Amino acid sequence: MMSPLALLRQRRNPGRIGFSDVLAYIYLAVGVFLMFGPVVWLVLSSFKTRSNLDEFPPTFLPLAQQSVAVKGYDSKLPLYNVTMPDGSKRVLAQVRRIGVISQLVDPAAPQTIIKVNMDKRTALRHLGLDWHNYEHPLRHFNFGRYLWNSVFVTVVATLVTLLINSMAAYALSIHEFRGKNFFLVAVIATLMVPITIILVPVFVVVNEIGLDNSLWAVILPGAATPTGVFLLRQYMLTMPRELIEAARMDKASEWQIYARIVMPLALPALAVLTIFSVMWRWNEFLWPLVVLSKSETYTLQIGLNAFQGDLQTQWNYLLAMTVVALIPIALVFVFLQRFITSGIANTGMK
Amino acid sequence: MTTAPASNLLARLGRFIAELPGAPMALVERVIGTSRMAYVFILPNILFFGLFVFLPIGIDIYYSFTGGTALFPSQRPGVGGLQYHYLADCKNFYDPSSCREDYFWRGMWTSLKFTLIQVSVMVLVSLATALVLNMKIRARGFFRAVYFFPVLLSPVVVALVWKWILQPQGLLNAAIVGMGGQPILFLADAGWAMFWAIFVSVWAHTGFYTLILLAGLQAIPRDIYEAADMDGTRPLRQLVRLTLPLLWPNLLVVLVLVTIRGVQTFDEVFALTGGGPGTATMMIVQYIYTTAFASQVPDYGLAAAASVVLGLLLLVLTLTQLWLTRRRGAT
Repeated sequence: MMSPLALLRQRRNPGRIGFSDVLAYIYLAVGVFLMFGPVVWLVLSSFKTRSNLDEFPPTFLPLAQQSVAVKGYDSKLPLYNVTMPDGSKRVLAQVRRIGVISQLVDPAAPQTIIKVNMDKRTALRHLGLDWHNYEHPLRHFNFGRYLWNSVFVTVVATLVTLLINSMAAYALSIHEFRGKNFFLVAVIATLMVPITIILVPVFVVVNEIGLDNSLWAVILPGAATPTGVFLLRQYMLTMPRELIEAARMDKASEWQIYARIVMPLALPALAVLTIFSVMWRWNEFLWPLVVLSKSETYTLQIGLNAFQGDLQTQWNYLLAMTVVALIPIALVFVFLQRFITSGIANTGMK
Repeated sequence: MTTAPASNLLARLGRFIAELPGAPMALVERVIGTSRMAYVFILPNILFFGLFVFLPIGIDIYYSFTGGTALFPSQRPGVGGLQYHYLADCKNFYDPSSCREDYFWRGMWTSLKFTLIQVSVMVLVSLATALVLNMKIRARGFFRAVYFFPVLLSPVVVALVWKWILQPQGLLNAAIVGMGGQPILFLADAGWAMFWAIFVSVWAHTGFYTLILLAGLQAIPRDIYEAADMDGTRPLRQLVRLTLPLLWPNLLVVLVLVTIRGVQTFDEVFALTGGGPGTATMMIVQYIYTTAFASQVPDYGLAAAASVVLGLLLLVLTLTQLWLTRRRGAT
């Protein structure tokens, strides 16, 4: 094992560490703090109890009140460090509090009630993850529903996207036909029409088809994507033509060539498009916000936004649900980051 | 190849589903002939693009010349250029409150201000990060990932992460109070809200542009720097005279991309500030959204007219981008 210091000192080009290197590492250290810090803080906070969250200044780690079962009391009693009138310190369980007077008992001898002033006691706490923040909104608010809607939209939309874009890419790469260039230009042209400028008319179209307030209204409009068509087409263009010619000789139908030869060979490009599509769909905000107006059709993102807009923001639940919304993306990032970055480098799109 | 039973089963399932349309497609092929099958394959995509992109462009323009509150085209009376006239009805174009549609102009000005500041900050930060990541540093992959990961987060998550830090009882205010200051209501103050809207959108997207610039930097041949080193060129001079000119095409692309995205900013800022306080961070896309979908009386015509204006603006920006990339290809 190398010591951390030696590891830091080691460089690709051995030599003395220059001023610019020091600056670079300071820049990177600040970067790590600024980029990771907020998300770490969110995750830590999401495990705090409501009262722990309300503290100011906040505690760094989620702390939970320690409690103990005491004979003669039905529910567990919270434990406190108490400074006694004679100056000694004891750990006592609080039975009740009336005004500023706290009534406590010794868990070992629960018969005698000891009364002390409130400011003479401090809560005994330990590091504790409060899963209640996760459980409660999934059960009692609509978050279970939102989560399911998001999963449904993401999975179905990605499947539709893969199917129709790979079909188009197949036609545009393997076949020669009249109007091919026209289609290519049309597909490129759609790149210039972001959803932000056609909100109203797409809403009209979706309503005319009768999809309003259904998850299909979220799934369908973005299913055909120019990024997808081009990513797959570029990949299919590199496939050996002989393979396809040979299959045609063997009287394979076009669908067979597409499904049995081209698609398996295009798996790497399909994988990249899958990652992109999952990210787009899971994170999509503006369009679902426009088209989903009933709470039962909300996706997680819309649900979160609606929940935070409530007057009394229940931060403990909101934080936990934000973490839930973050989990799939965190997984994608940890395992597939390389594919995403190379995908962006190749297409210049995200 | 993996032979795990689960993936095997999945592959078999996929193959089964892929074979389902085989028979009808073969029938179609027999009827229309192999050479025309391309049209069948491209049909779904054309339908989707037609229905959800090209048709809407037409409807958008049509709607911008109609009035009333009905959603369906047949029930909307034509009003000529009235919607555009409303949008442009201003006594003084520099003062939104003198306009008939003051929110539209507020949105325009806020978008302009936001975009100008955000573009310069974004390009500078991304460039600095890319330059640092291109140095001979350890664990480059890790650091690149650190800057990149917020790109994947949803705008709502990004907004909530920061809202939690910026709230009156939040981490930042705790730090300020800890250092003896007074807590600040960051999102209730117009100036601060704008500051954080820009900060958060740079935080969320800088990784993407860093990646593009880093790719550009790594495409610069190493021997140029070796030659410069031999000549004893100082690092700063190398940066100004070598790196930046060679990176210029990538920088231009980033500049235009950030501008196009900046003009369309909605998600993070809306989730963070809701456009507030008041209208301090309400931008043009939020104006369109609110006018058509979030107001008591939806005004689709006015929103459509504003969309057309935004669309033209974006068209100019995109053509600039194409022109710049074309020129880069030529030289």
